[in-house]
Amino acid sequence: MQTDLSVVRVMKKFQDFTAVDCVSFDVEKGKFFSILGPSGCGKTTLLRMISGFFEPTSGTIEINGRNMAGIPPNKRPVNLIFQNLALFPMMNVGQNIAFGLERQGEKRHVIQTKTAQMLERVGLPGFEKKKVDQLSGGQRQRVAIARSLILEPAVLLLDEPLGALDLKLREQMKIELKILQTQVGTTFVYITHDQSEALVMSDHVAVMNKGRFEQVDTPRNLYSKPSTPFVARFVGENNQWDARVISLEEHQGRQVAAIMTPEGNQFEALVQGQLTPGDEIDLFLRPEAIVLEPDAAIEGLNRFFIIVRSILFDGANSRILALLPESDREIQISLPQTRQFDHIAPGDRVEAGWSPESGMMFVKEKNMYKDAGTVTP
Amino acid sequence: MKPGIRWGLVIFISPVLAWLTLLIVLPQVDMFIMAIRAENPLGEMGFSLGNFKLFFLEPIYWRTFARTAIFSVLVTFLTFLITMPVAFYITKVVSPKFQGFLAVLVLMPFWVSELVRVYGWMILLRESGVINHFLLKFGVLEQPMEMLYNDVAMVMGLVYTSMLFMLVPLLSALESLDNNLIEAAYDLGGNVWSIAMRIVIPHCLPGIVSGSIVVFMLTLGNYLTPNLMGGKNGLWFTEQIYNQFIASFNWNQGSAFGFLLLILSSGIIWLGLKLTHQRLGKVVQ
Repeated sequence: MQTDLSVVRVMKKFQDFTAVDCVSFDVEKGKFFSILGPSGCGKTTLLRMISGFFEPTSGTIEINGRNMAGIPPNKRPVNLIFQNLALFPMMNVGQNIAFGLERQGEKRHVIQTKTAQMLERVGLPGFEKKKVDQLSGGQRQRVAIARSLILEPAVLLLDEPLGALDLKLREQMKIELKILQTQVGTTFVYITHDQSEALVMSDHVAVMNKGRFEQVDTPRNLYSKPSTPFVARFVGENNQWDARVISLEEHQGRQVAAIMTPEGNQFEALVQGQLTPGDEIDLFLRPEAIVLEPDAAIEGLNRFFIIVRSILFDGANSRILALLPESDREIQISLPQTRQFDHIAPGDRVEAGWSPESGMMFVKEKNMYKDAGTVTP
Repeated sequence: MKPGIRWGLVIFISPVLAWLTLLIVLPQVDMFIMAIRAENPLGEMGFSLGNFKLFFLEPIYWRTFARTAIFSVLVTFLTFLITMPVAFYITKVVSPKFQGFLAVLVLMPFWVSELVRVYGWMILLRESGVINHFLLKFGVLEQPMEMLYNDVAMVMGLVYTSMLFMLVPLLSALESLDNNLIEAAYDLGGNVWSIAMRIVIPHCLPGIVSGSIVVFMLTLGNYLTPNLMGGKNGLWFTEQIYNQFIASFNWNQGSAFGFLLLILSSGIIWLGLKLTHQRLGKVVQ
C-alpha cells in the first residue's frame, strides 16, 4: 500500500515549550486518519507543520515520498480546511472554488467546467453565483472542502471543521464527510477533540497528549484495548478504580489477576500488560461493561453491591450514578431502557457484575513523594 | 392626545442644525451670491458670470486648477502605496505587544503643528540644510544642491502630512481581516501579489476609500505645504484663492474660485466612489 504522508520523529519547540514531541506516523493512500486529543495537546501545531505554516524543529515530513523541508504552504500538495473554514467573503462561491486553479494559471473554460463538476460532487450544483453569507453552515462546509479538493491534493488536512456547527448538523456532517471521503478517495488527516467524530469517521485514530502520540490504532481497538491510562480515560466513558494485585495465575493459557479494591471487593481480571503481585493499579471499567442484577447462574462474574444515588436519564445513554456501600467511590453504570430496570430508584441496594475480560488494568504511575517515602534505612 | 412637539429631538438636533446652517450653509450661499456678482464697466455691482468666465479665459487659472487636481490624486495614491505596507506590518506582522507602540510612533509627529513639521523638512532639505551638509562632508556633492522648491519636495511634504489620515482607517480595516483568510489563500497557492489583490485590498476597500477621501480633500485644500515647499513654480489653487481675497481684494473672484474647488473635489470623490463601487454612507462609517 502506498504511503501518502509520512511523519518521522517530528519535534516542534517554541522557546522552552515542546508543543510536538517526537511524533512519527504514516498514513496510507485513501485512508481517513484522525488525530484526537484535548485542546493544547499540540495537534494543531502538528497539522500546521504538515501544511507548511510551521517548520519542524527536527524530524522530517514526507508527502508522496518527497521531503517537505523548506517548501512553503503554497507549493505543497496538501490543503488545509480551517476551523472557521476561512471562505473568502469578498468572492462568490464559484470564485472561492476557482481561486486555487486560477493561481495555477489554468485556462478559464477549464476552471469553469471543473468548478461546476466540483459543486455537483459536493451536492451544491448551480451555486456558483451565491454569496458566501447566503449559505447555511453545512453548505459552507462543503464549499470549503470543494475549494481544496479541486486542487486534487495528496492529503487533505482538516482542523476541527465541524466544531462551529450545532449538534444535529454535526452528526449529519460526520456521516456526509465520511461518505465524501470514500467517494473521492483522497487521504484525509482530521484533527479533533471530539472522540465521537474521530471514532465514527476514521480508519485509524492517533490519540495525542502533551505533544506525544499515546496510541495509534483502529477506533475499535482504541475503545476495547487502550494501551495507556490516558487513552482509557479519554476515549469513551470509563470508571476509574484503585486496586492492588494480590496474585497472578494461569487460566487456560490466559493470565488472570486477583485484585483487591480499598473498599474490600475482590475481583478477577484478565491481564493484558505486565503485572506483578503487589502492584498498585488503576482499574478501568466502562459503564456499559457493568451488568445490573446479573443472573445468579452466571459463573465467573465479578459481583459487588452498589447503592443507587441518582438516575441520569438521557434516552439510550441513561446512566445510574451509584456509590459503593460505606464508601464515597462513585461509579457510573449504563441503564438500558428496556423497562427491565424501571423499578430501580435512588437509595436502592442493587447487585452489579462485570466479566473478567472487560476490565482494563494499568500499573499506577509512581508518585515522586511515594518513591521518596519507600527509601528504607 | 394631540401629538405635541418632541422636545427631546429638538434639543439634540438644534446644535447640529445651527452649526450646519451658520458655519456651512450660510457662508456657502454667501460665497455663491458673491461669485455670481461682479462690477460692470461703470463700477456698479450686478449679476455677472464674468468671474467664472475669467477662470476659463486665463490659462494660469485653469492650468493651476488642473495641476492641483492631478497632484492631489497623485499624492493620495502615493500615500496609499506607502501607508498600506506600514498598516499591514503593524496589524499582521509585528507581535501584538508592539502594535500600540508603533501606532503611537506614527501618530507622534502629528502632535506638533503642520507648520513646524514643514519647517522640519525645510531644515533638512534646503541648500544649507542638514542633508546637503552631510553630502558635502562625505564628498558626494561638490556644490550644495537646492532640494526644496520643486514638485518632488512638495509632493513628499504633502504625502508626509497626509499619512496619518490614511493609516488610521487602514489599521482598523486590516484589524478586522481574519488572518485565516490570508493563510487559506496562501495554502491554496496564492503568492504575495495575488493575496494582496484578491484578499487584502478587496477587504480593506471601504477603509482605503474613506482614507483616500480624507487625504484627497486635505491635500486639495492644503495651503501651507505647497506654498512653503513648492516655491515659486509650484502653484496650488488655494494660493490663487488666497491671492484674490487678500492680495487683489477681489472677493467676488475668490468666491468663484472657491466654488470651483468645491465642485472639483465633489466631482473627483463621486468618480472615485463610482469606480470602486462604494457608497459614501458606508465608507464614512
